[in-house]
Amino acid sequence: MAVFTLPDAALVEIDRTIARYPEKQAAMLPVLWTVQREQGWISPDAMAWVADRLGCSAAAVQSVVTFYTMFDDGPVGKWKLQVCRTLSCELMGARAVIDRIRERLGIEAGETSEDGVFTLQEVECLASCGTGPMMQCNFKFYENLTPERIDALLDELRAREPDPDDVEPVIYERPAIDVYRAMFPDSLARERTGGAEVEAQ
Amino acid sequence: MNAPRILMQRGLDHAGRSHRLGTYEQTGGYRAVRKALEMSPEALLDEVKKSGLRGRGGAGFPTGTKWSFIPRDSEKPRYLLCNSDESEPGTFKDRWLLENDPHLVLEGMMIAALTIDSRLMFNYFRGEFTFPLQRWRQAVDEAYAKGYLGEGIFGSDRDLEVVTHYGAGAYIAGEETGMIESLEGKRAQPRNKPPFPAVEGLFGSPTVINNTETLATIPWIVTNGGDAYRQFGTEKSRGTKLWSCSGPIGQPGVYELEMGYDLMEFLDGELGGMLDGVTLKGIIPGGSSVPVLTPEECRGAKLDYESLRERGSLVGSGGFIVIGDNVSAADCLLNLARFYAHESCGQCTPCREGCGWIEQLVDKILEGHGTQADIERILRLSDQMAGGKTICALADAMAWPAVAFIKKYPEDFADLCAEPVDMDALSAAVGRHDHILPRAS
Repeated sequence: MAVFTLPDAALVEIDRTIARYPEKQAAMLPVLWTVQREQGWISPDAMAWVADRLGCSAAAVQSVVTFYTMFDDGPVGKWKLQVCRTLSCELMGARAVIDRIRERLGIEAGETSEDGVFTLQEVECLASCGTGPMMQCNFKFYENLTPERIDALLDELRAREPDPDDVEPVIYERPAIDVYRAMFPDSLARERTGGAEVEAQ
Repeated sequence: MNAPRILMQRGLDHAGRSHRLGTYEQTGGYRAVRKALEMSPEALLDEVKKSGLRGRGGAGFPTGTKWSFIPRDSEKPRYLLCNSDESEPGTFKDRWLLENDPHLVLEGMMIAALTIDSRLMFNYFRGEFTFPLQRWRQAVDEAYAKGYLGEGIFGSDRDLEVVTHYGAGAYIAGEETGMIESLEGKRAQPRNKPPFPAVEGLFGSPTVINNTETLATIPWIVTNGGDAYRQFGTEKSRGTKLWSCSGPIGQPGVYELEMGYDLMEFLDGELGGMLDGVTLKGIIPGGSSVPVLTPEECRGAKLDYESLRERGSLVGSGGFIVIGDNVSAADCLLNLARFYAHESCGQCTPCREGCGWIEQLVDKILEGHGTQADIERILRLSDQMAGGKTICALADAMAWPAVAFIKKYPEDFADLCAEPVDMDALSAAVGRHDHILPRAS
């Protein structure tokens, strides 16, 4: 087995975390968070190491890593773009936002751009429904998104490094109605178009 | 009588600094817990019971009754667990509280802990709540620095610690026993009940789990008394409630309303009505798990437990999702089915298989390959999922919107089908299965 190590500061942090709980295994999630922060993702070696620290099986650790969507069991980009796709956001045009990211980066949801800068993920409700469409970039929310704002934001993100302490949400001004209208899903328009064609005949 | 803002006043009046201890104490904060330290647990429990407060996370269980289930004679430690894993689609009010008034949540937790004689409290945040977590940690640090947490809180002989915990992305961790499993370092798979958490919860010990909003209401009740709280609202729905409002409306956001507020008055008033050019198609009043209401059902409805149930829906978490006529009910159902299929923990067959099946069937219908049999299959599946056939209520949370969307917007599904649908036969099929929907008791 390859030797897995963490910086001393992270080891101290992990010891402190474990000490806070009545039972060791309860520290599982926070310890995995520390590992992911240090390593970028959670490797099989890291899982074995965590299992050893918490006195449980590596299978137990793996079952946790794969259950929770925020843990990555493979490398991800410098910026992880997690766009909410659940109802409130989709009603306000999340699909248009996701499509713009796909087009701009040339990747599908679940993929990382070739330069390793961006990973795109579609995620479920992030509890920011009144300002949808929205996404989480690493640990920061960006709300009231539009395709145009995505263009500017991707350029901005590409040019800078993530700052883990910068977590205050960016809430853009609410888009004007005509911007929304261009983003709104139009499932019923399918029926209306069908009707128009029949009439035209 | 108009109810005061019990939960949002400070956050609105002192935006930008309401989360700091100084502001909190200048505006009356931490007086309730000092009062509570002078009261017996029995007296505290009595006030909360008298208030009529019901859990604001979704189930609406009476808070005082829940606390009273903690055995008095147990040798084991007792734990208080605050549920800040806000994940019900359409709901973002706990996030507002944690960002804008974290000390209010903390004070509510302290009083609850005193009532059940707990020395160790946990606050479980969903993993995505990084900003609320930052605000919360600052509040906890401020409280420890002042001696409000730790040994001998507020100069008393009571010790009280808090552990801040955070998840990593799982809707089901918001279910009480799923949360316990998750906090114990496992997959968030709900447990069979009984035993209930009050008897055997976290680490096998008696545990009270309350929603963030529920706990944030406690300081006001202790300060003003349970009788004062029950003056507001209606007979079965006391006090005020936060509503998270989203969709194509003028003024989305979090609102605090006295229970019993008129739904359409709220939509056309505070929420600024529908966006220009969009007509109301329906409203999901209590988070994605509760049945949708048609415009007709919305008219005259009051935002309280009994009125919404009478109309076949629920208060739930107060996630008020407004749907415009630009989308079809089938699209809405596909979106929610994809959500529940993704979030099902996989333990129970009806839920694990049923959510995925419904997703596939709606997808097939939307692709234009569906038939009447497919629509009826969704109804039958829903019937086989709901009503206590699974360990937790996630299966019901899928089945209710499925049956409700088909029952209330049958033409949206029928029009997409490859062959003509016999609407009378579809209506009869709905009639065979809509007994699973909530109804007036």
